[in-house]
Amino acid sequence: MRELQLPSYKEQSQKVKERFDRIKQRELILKVERLSKTFDSEKGPVLDNISFQTYRREFVSIIGPSGCGKSTMIRLIAGLEDIDSGKIIVNNKEISGPGIERGMVFQGYTLFPWLTVVENVMYGLLRKKMLRTEAKNCALNWVKIVGLEKYQDAYPSQLSGGMKQRVAIARSIATHPKMLLMDEPFSALDPQTRSKMQAYLLEIWKNVNISITFITHDIDEAIYLSDRIIVLKTDPGEIQEIIEVPVPRPRTPEQFLSPEFLATKKRLEELIHPKKDDDEVNHIIIPPDINENVL
Amino acid sequence: MSSNNRMFDIRKPLSKKHKHRLIVLSFIIPLLLWFAVSNLPFLWHPMVKITDTGSVAYFKKEMLIKKEVFKIENERMKSRGLKLAQGEPSNPIYLPAPQDVVTSLYKAFTTPPRRTGEPWLHESLFHSIKIIFWGFFLSSMIGVPLGILCGTFSFFKHLTEPFIEFFRYLPAPVFGALAVAILGINDGPKIAIIIIGTFFQQVLVISNTTRNIDVSLIEAAQTLGAKRWATLRTIIIPGILPYIYKDMRILLGWAWTYLVVAEVIGTSTGITWFINQQAKYRNFEYVYASILIIGIVGLLSDQILAYLGNKLFYWQHLQQDKKENERTTTTKLQRAKSKS
Repeated sequence: MRELQLPSYKEQSQKVKERFDRIKQRELILKVERLSKTFDSEKGPVLDNISFQTYRREFVSIIGPSGCGKSTMIRLIAGLEDIDSGKIIVNNKEISGPGIERGMVFQGYTLFPWLTVVENVMYGLLRKKMLRTEAKNCALNWVKIVGLEKYQDAYPSQLSGGMKQRVAIARSIATHPKMLLMDEPFSALDPQTRSKMQAYLLEIWKNVNISITFITHDIDEAIYLSDRIIVLKTDPGEIQEIIEVPVPRPRTPEQFLSPEFLATKKRLEELIHPKKDDDEVNHIIIPPDINENVL
Repeated sequence: MSSNNRMFDIRKPLSKKHKHRLIVLSFIIPLLLWFAVSNLPFLWHPMVKITDTGSVAYFKKEMLIKKEVFKIENERMKSRGLKLAQGEPSNPIYLPAPQDVVTSLYKAFTTPPRRTGEPWLHESLFHSIKIIFWGFFLSSMIGVPLGILCGTFSFFKHLTEPFIEFFRYLPAPVFGALAVAILGINDGPKIAIIIIGTFFQQVLVISNTTRNIDVSLIEAAQTLGAKRWATLRTIIIPGILPYIYKDMRILLGWAWTYLVVAEVIGTSTGITWFINQQAKYRNFEYVYASILIIGIVGLLSDQILAYLGNKLFYWQHLQQDKKENERTTTTKLQRAKSKS
């Protein structure tokens, strides 16, 4: 990759530039201000002085090495952890605890195992005091949108991992939240299902008015899906850079090899896996006697 | 690999056929042992049952005498030139043969009690079941909700669990005298003992089970707009219900063990009274029959509850069934392969 002549990841085509201009004119959905979080005071803060914002219908990924606090960040935004200092403002209101304007899809499959597919999707609607028959119709519609009408009365234990996550997505957007938080939702899936689910998510997102904040540790996934990528670093957990992805939409898997894609990927690799002198791989030398035994 | 070797594969399930055979065998082996000891004269049989008293003055027909005593007496008769006693090897009275126990299992239900006014076996049994039911029911009425609250809210956990931890170490029988003083001599104190024996364990077990619920399910519900009571009602309770059901089956088994203690408190009643009474009459085959009945009632009720549980919480077993099917088909495939 180093020999390849790549453009800068900061170079944007006219079309991409215009898209970002349009996005920035939309209203703010999420505003994170000087957010800090410490679990263990001896180890220092997990997140330190984080500030960023996302706009309506924007797809933002948060990426970083393991232990950079990206999961903590999304749990803070979801209201599942208490904030130490700073503010999280969603839809012009400071959050305190979980709220219906923020849907969440978890890494593990969190479908309720005693409810059928359609009952799972109904769950949030019933909490909104919607009538049962009305909620059922609405939920059936969502089940159809995610292509699981055949499985509407199946129980979660009868579904594959990809199907479960599709139900989870339907369940969390059925209540029309302003934003969808996704915590490594596809990392437990096999590579094939995973790329299918990515295309699927883009398809749903195109048709629903929702901002997505997506946690991942997969660089390709982040570039393929996002408008912007927030890169975190460890010790302390701070924002290294916010990258505007120069790859035009609509996204297709062929773009994985486009120059803009590769340039962005190269930059992300540098940020997440910085080259150090002691990182050089030592050549493993197998003594000849062992080698003979093996052969 | 032969199918014989597969029977001893480490942590591999057996085929249904093998499993069922072993289940039957687990009952047949102890039964056969009992049968052998009772019916084969060369196994144990430390007594002699007198068939002919000979010239021994104190021997009577049907009397059980220790083998050594029988030998000594006969040698004495022999040296005096008197008539020898005859007898056959026999087991002590407290070990009746299984066939005798089975007949008395039937006879116990058909023969009227020895003294008028004494309860029949089925009456005693019914009385025991009634005590268990009320004890367990009353304990559960408070124990289950309290356990769920303790497992859900730290407030209730810290408010009640330390005291319960202390109290559960006090053996239930020590409250017998107190229970009689407060509740009289009838069923009251017996039910109280079952409650004391069950309740404290119940709260701790249920609270622990409640705490084991997958936290991410609760978090998912909260992001879907579930408030505190909705989370408890729609997530925690349905989520733990099958596990609580399992706990209750185990706790019911414990309640049975407290029954025996409870039934000798105040006026002795129920199956325990029946057993003690029969032991006094030295009808040991009836004692065994009654013990067997407790076992049968316990096993049957547990099996019925297990069956109902599978029906009620079928959503839990959908995947497992699928997996098991896969497993048996793969073993079938392997077998077909090894045959060819």
